[in-house]
Amino acid sequence: MAKTHVTMKVNGAEVEGLVEPRTLLVHFIRENLQMTGTHIGCETTHCGACTVDIDGMSVKSCTMFAVQAQGSDITTIEGMANADGTLSALQEGFRMMHGLQCGFCTPGMIMRAHRLLKENPSPSEQEIRMGISGNICRCTGYQNIVKAIQYAAAKINGVEFKEAAE
Amino acid sequence: MIPGSFSYHRPASVADAVKLLSDLGDDARPLAGGHSLVPMMKLRLATPAHLVDLHGIATLKGIRRDGSNLVIGAMTTQHELLASDDIAQSMPILHEAALLIADPQVRYRGTIGGNVANGDPGNDMPALMMTAGATYRLEGAGGARDVAAADFYQGAYFTALEPGEILTAVSIPVPAAGHGYAYEKLKRKVGDYATAAAAVVLTMSGGKVATCSIGLTNVHETPLLATDAAKAVIGTSLDAATLKKAAAAAEAIMAPAADARGPVEYRKHVGGIMVTRALQRAAAKAK
Repeated sequence: MAKTHVTMKVNGAEVEGLVEPRTLLVHFIRENLQMTGTHIGCETTHCGACTVDIDGMSVKSCTMFAVQAQGSDITTIEGMANADGTLSALQEGFRMMHGLQCGFCTPGMIMRAHRLLKENPSPSEQEIRMGISGNICRCTGYQNIVKAIQYAAAKINGVEFKEAAE
Repeated sequence: MIPGSFSYHRPASVADAVKLLSDLGDDARPLAGGHSLVPMMKLRLATPAHLVDLHGIATLKGIRRDGSNLVIGAMTTQHELLASDDIAQSMPILHEAALLIADPQVRYRGTIGGNVANGDPGNDMPALMMTAGATYRLEGAGGARDVAAADFYQGAYFTALEPGEILTAVSIPVPAAGHGYAYEKLKRKVGDYATAAAAVVLTMSGGKVATCSIGLTNVHETPLLATDAAKAVIGTSLDAATLKKAAAAAEAIMAPAADARGPVEYRKHVGGIMVTRALQRAAAKAK
């Protein structure tokens, strides 16, 4: 099958590559671009481990072809740290609140939470839970992931983070 | 899992898309949001030789008013539907149902056109469109035609769409101001298809039901209009006996498959409960 030339912006840098039409975006990111932070979990559009941010949308990159991302602006977990290399509020939240155990779902969780907080900077606990309902974690029971996102929201909004009593 | 090989086409107009589809014939499939088709391709349950991606066609996007109808372009995503103030105010049942579809990531990509055109009995929008009296605009090489949602579904994944045709828009009559509505969906978890679901749009007058329409999701190989159930509640105040009668009338037309969501009897039973709950909630909302 003839290959197609694609160009897109990933984490601020222009990238290009030759892909078959059937190449999934997640494979292009991991194999052509060698950015392996974006994980492949279920491969059936359920788990959200492959979530990346495309033109202001959270997208499961296993369910989109690389040719469809022609000309788009993509952020992956590799683009989430602050410009000076320090952890972003969300990354710091996951660290401080122990929002991960095995860590496999974490890149997808952070990318989804990133867009959630852009759209709703002060989400309620329920809004966070529904907001990450397309991301599956099999370790944490979600409690600390929710706290991590609350921590990040507080930090971004410049207010003190208070853990809710359990 | 990697899909089989295919050629990728990205037309910029509906005319180009339908020409491609009619030239390429059965080997070609239109690609909307892709969240049903791409997983099927990865499982090799679908192996189209050509994909005609509709994302390049700007005219297929957007929500507009046409007289007393809301017209939604086929490539409008569930996320865009949820962001529309017009829909939230004039057709809130669409907003309520869209929130129950899949998960946030899927809603950024999944489209209204794909949801209603695929013919999947598990999809939520088809029964809603039948309940609301919507019409679908179908365009093919021979021109455009309008088909009522109630006449569109013929079997599981089998619809009135002819080869080479695409569904380009849905047109929904805006329900009366003060109407009551509810979409009750029983599902095992977020993102699942309905075990059973019921849509109700009604109007009340002097404490009694004046008009009512009831749709059912995933309890038959097609979405259903529960016309007898709707008739049973007209002129009543939805007392316990009436609700029981309506649920029984709805259950009488259900023929769900036994699957991981439960055996036939269970799915019919909860289908009746969804009808009851939707009627009660819709009536409470009506002004």
